[in-house]
Amino acid sequence: MHPKKSLLTATALALVTGGAAFAETITIATVNNGDMIRMQGYTDQFTEATGIEVEWVTLEENVLRQRVTTDITTKGGQFDIMTIGMYETPIWGANGWLVPLDDLSAEYDVDDILPALRSGLSHDGTLYAAPFYGESSMVMYRTDLMEKAGLEMPTAPTWQFIREAAAAMDDPANDINGVCLRGKAGWGEGGAFITVTANSFGARWFDEDWNAQFDQPEWKAALDFYVSLMNDYGPDGYATNGFNENLSLFQQGKCGMWIDATVAASFVTNPNDSTVADHVGFALAPNSEGVEKRSNWLWAWALGIPAGTQKEAAAKQFIEWATSKDYIELVAANEGWANVPPGARTSLYETPEYAEVPFAQMTLDSINAADPTDPTVKPVPYIGIQFVAIPEFAGIATEVSQEFSAAYAGQQSVDEALAKAQDITNEAMEAAGYR
Amino acid sequence: MARAVTKQRKTLNTLVAWAVGLLIFFPILWTILTSFKTEAQAINDPPLFLFFDWTLENYGVVQERSDYMRFLWNSIILAGGSTLLGILVAVPAAWSMAFVPSKRTKDILLWMLSTKMLPAVGVLYPIYLLFIELGLLDSRVGLTIVLMLINLPIIVWMLYTYFREIPGEILEAARMDGASLREEILYVLTPMAIPGIASTILLNFILAWNEAFWTLNLTAAKAAPLTAFIASYSSPEGLFYAKLSAASTMAIAPILILGWFSQKQLVRGLTFGAVK
Repeated sequence: MHPKKSLLTATALALVTGGAAFAETITIATVNNGDMIRMQGYTDQFTEATGIEVEWVTLEENVLRQRVTTDITTKGGQFDIMTIGMYETPIWGANGWLVPLDDLSAEYDVDDILPALRSGLSHDGTLYAAPFYGESSMVMYRTDLMEKAGLEMPTAPTWQFIREAAAAMDDPANDINGVCLRGKAGWGEGGAFITVTANSFGARWFDEDWNAQFDQPEWKAALDFYVSLMNDYGPDGYATNGFNENLSLFQQGKCGMWIDATVAASFVTNPNDSTVADHVGFALAPNSEGVEKRSNWLWAWALGIPAGTQKEAAAKQFIEWATSKDYIELVAANEGWANVPPGARTSLYETPEYAEVPFAQMTLDSINAADPTDPTVKPVPYIGIQFVAIPEFAGIATEVSQEFSAAYAGQQSVDEALAKAQDITNEAMEAAGYR
Repeated sequence: MARAVTKQRKTLNTLVAWAVGLLIFFPILWTILTSFKTEAQAINDPPLFLFFDWTLENYGVVQERSDYMRFLWNSIILAGGSTLLGILVAVPAAWSMAFVPSKRTKDILLWMLSTKMLPAVGVLYPIYLLFIELGLLDSRVGLTIVLMLINLPIIVWMLYTYFREIPGEILEAARMDGASLREEILYVLTPMAIPGIASTILLNFILAWNEAFWTLNLTAAKAAPLTAFIASYSSPEGLFYAKLSAASTMAIAPILILGWFSQKQLVRGLTFGAVK
């Protein structure tokens, strides 16, 4: 071979093999929300540090859930990291579908993860997904309207107080609704909200033998209260309002109060989007008088590795980077403390700069007040606050929440909705072999 | 007098046609308008129609965040490839059904159509498992075949309807003159059926472009077309309607332009044989 030619060939070969050795690419499936999108923006820094390339597949939450579920149950191997929530993680972990995250580095400091999140993302004490951010729910209210009404929001209000305040702030002439709450069908939308509301009235989904409990007085009390509150002081068409619809109403100054995810706090206090940014106060999610459980939920978006991926080591490296203390500091340095992913690490709440963020303490208190292993007043056989961590739940709860939404819309009575919910749930649980 | 009434009627018809047309087009127009608003303006109540500060910011953000060209290219390949493949299979099939029908032709046609009545999700798992076995997940080849297969019944039906309009005697004459089967289809039938084939191609291209079940479920990063591009801007927790609208506008623009230029053929093809 000509020496020049052979040199060229050798160089090309070295480039090809060398390139292949370095350019490992991991594929990450994720949801489209602010914190995740922000993380995508910083991926270059991860690639620079490790040489691992990252490909993102961003999908809407429901599409993502269907997509990753298909892939993990069939061992399709399309993704090396999946963004999953507290509902899927323990179920998938128990099925052996996720790589246990039991060998994270000492530097990562796994004990720094908020205990409630860690237990919700574990099965039998093993962590299966690392939280990127955590959220609970809380009351967001208009301080100016509250003042005008001559009331003061307690740190831990009751539903009875919420009703009183809603009545005082409701001002149809000025297009202000006393209170805005989710009513939209879907287990993660209105279904989640009515479940936590029911918890705070002493209700539960199942008794210890997996019998549905919708025929019990606590559920009726909760649903009656919600429907009457919303019919009197809620916005028109609340039966189809979810997170986004209520966010839009609140930002435009059309709600006195809104009880929803803590992550909304950064949206409603952002002057670019919200017309009421300077007049928002926060309080713990309410309970009914005399009931010890409050109506706050617990959720985390977390990163898990599907079992069977060829790139487990690289995937773990990414997870350690994305959910680390360093990542939080990186975002804080570039975009300010109000924009860091909240609710995942204890150390974040010990940072003096973060304590100045107006919703920081209330977010932490709300998360700490939620215990997925003990969600209701009466004992239950399941884990989960706004959901029941069994695979059948998503289907059942979506159907049940459709019946409830029909009651909100006035298409049937509360009693009818509860009777149907009871039948739907018991039938499904029987078919699934729980009863 | 009679003429005046006709004129009035004509005006009325035109007005109704415009009203219906605008009504159908309105959601698309609204999407396009929203894409030029800020997120706050997008959710404004009352809704802002034309008088707001027009901004290109959303397009900038979308451009920065996503590799639009990669999604666009995938869409073109998938829609184009599946259409081409479909036509290659459907023309001979429709020819045999139209000109040499057997006792079972009608049944076969109906059976083919019946496959469209099954919800796609019903066969998601079998197809997904097949794709894993064959290594076709997230590949353009696999998706092209699936898109071709799901649209095939419609293509065959459309072509069959057009071919039936063509007198069989002409083909017979070609055969008498010694044309082979291939020549008969290629040089006699096809030129006569061009309007029909053209509108079938267009419709199939549009259907494949807009297909959003298989294209979302069988792709990840490499083969994802514009439907996945849109899906990445929809968010259940956060108001990104303006950005979503910008992404949607970018996704539908190519097909909208194509439809605009070829509307004559489309209308002609779709109404072909409608009035006898």
